Amino acid sequence: MDAIEKQLYAKPRNNNYIYIISVVILGLMIWSLFVIDFGSMEESGWTIAKSILSGIVTPDFDFLLDFTTQGVMYLLVETIAIAFLGTIFGAILAIPLAFLSASNVVPKPVAFITRLLLIFIRTIPSLVYGLMFVRVAGQGPFTGVLTVALISIGMLAKLFVDAIEDLDTSIFESMTSIGCTTFEKIRFGIVPQLTAMFLSIGIYRFDMNLREASILGLVGAGGIGAPLIFAMNAYRWNEVGSILIGLVVLIFIVEIWSNHMRNKLVRG
Amino acid sequence: MFDKIFPPKQIVLPNGKTVSEKRSRTPLILVLVLVAVYLSIRFTNFEFMVLATSGHEFFVIINEMIPPKWEYLPHLWQPLLDTIMMSILGSVLGSLVAVPVAYLAASNIIKSKIVVMVARLFLSILRTMPTLVSALIATFIFGLGTLAGTIAIFLFTLAYVGKLLYEQIENASMGAFEAMESIGITRIQAFRYAIFPQVLPNYLSTSLFCFEGNVRYAAILGYVGAGGIGLLLDEGLGWRDYTSVGMILLMLAITVFLIETVSEYFRKKLI
Repeated sequence: MDAIEKQLYAKPRNNNYIYIISVVILGLMIWSLFVIDFGSMEESGWTIAKSILSGIVTPDFDFLLDFTTQGVMYLLVETIAIAFLGTIFGAILAIPLAFLSASNVVPKPVAFITRLLLIFIRTIPSLVYGLMFVRVAGQGPFTGVLTVALISIGMLAKLFVDAIEDLDTSIFESMTSIGCTTFEKIRFGIVPQLTAMFLSIGIYRFDMNLREASILGLVGAGGIGAPLIFAMNAYRWNEVGSILIGLVVLIFIVEIWSNHMRNKLVRG
Repeated sequence: MFDKIFPPKQIVLPNGKTVSEKRSRTPLILVLVLVAVYLSIRFTNFEFMVLATSGHEFFVIINEMIPPKWEYLPHLWQPLLDTIMMSILGSVLGSLVAVPVAYLAASNIIKSKIVVMVARLFLSILRTMPTLVSALIATFIFGLGTLAGTIAIFLFTLAYVGKLLYEQIENASMGAFEAMESIGITRIQAFRYAIFPQVLPNYLSTSLFCFEGNVRYAAILGYVGAGGIGLLLDEGLGWRDYTSVGMILLMLAITVFLIETVSEYFRKKLI
């Protein structure tokens, strides 16, 4: 046995731990298999799958490039508008909440209570908010804006808090020593440190909100979701194909743009 | 382009040198954002009046949810378990299948550009498709029920874990891989012994993180008929039975919180 082999065997082993975890995961998986009932799969499944595929491959181009209020293009713009406005309002509401839950700004109990509130806002699924707002503002894109704004608060505030807690506070001491007023300290000490991070987080959330806005139509909150589900229920797969193509291309472009902008913001 | 319209400000220093300061772009960006906000308000018929007159109704609904209806709890266990099982199965299968797909999409391991392109395109398309939409399509193909939900979660996990995994594979150090290849091991074996151990902790952590998110998604999949607790949510809200909805939301929050705590513990341990 040479030195290399000795080192190899000297390596600490936690095989038992790994085996136990693997058995637990395997057990959970087998247990979960019982949830599937294959009985619900109907014979017609394959024919529908085929027609969906042919619909996506041969989309309805007139519908896709239609710029009137019924066409895909208009619906996509409406979806973008919902996501954009929702992000802006969500960000405006999230900033005070973020400061209220940053433990280096407010006392600990206040921060804890605000955090609990944010966790609750985050856990409730977006569709539930959508259904609740439909009761308030009726069906339409306006409801979508309200829903998107509310669901963005949770995550935006959480990420804002991280940025606020990372603030470099030594700057305040030096600013105090050269005689800056409180307003100047905020304007030139805090704001420049936070803007880039906040903008980057906002753009990231806009990217996610676009997906949210596209499905909120299912509960009647405007955007492209409603025509999608109508087309599906009517088995008009060509229309489904053109909507899906429009949606995927839009989300893809926005994602690339958002990655590019965020890289630029973070690296300065 | 911007610098040509608004020429940089020239500053003459005391020693006679001139320095140019670029004009701030903030006003331009602000104007663009304001225009976008205005257009969005026009597009979405945004009205503060509606919010002011009937905004309180939202809080009426929330008030009705408290206190939640505890007698409803026994009806909840089965759908809640269904939701968790759907997300476990979808996440485990999805992250397993993600390994070969990520292998095919990593440009430092697969030399054929076409294979890499196709694999990446496949992952991008899957990832941009909202989960609810794929669940909706799955209910048409596989019928109403938990199978459709599992498929939707499987596809999302595959796309998400696959993308992060191939990025990690590309960032892994290639030294050991090349050394193994040079002594005559096949590429797949070299991947297994040189690259895989490097990315394993991150891969497991990503999969766990994805599982956390999947529990949340699975909760709403029932809305389109793909099984789980979403169906009850839809019914409760439809019949305005807000006390039951409150109970469902409370249970959901507790479940998500528990799963997040457990998974966070393991993720901290992994990295």
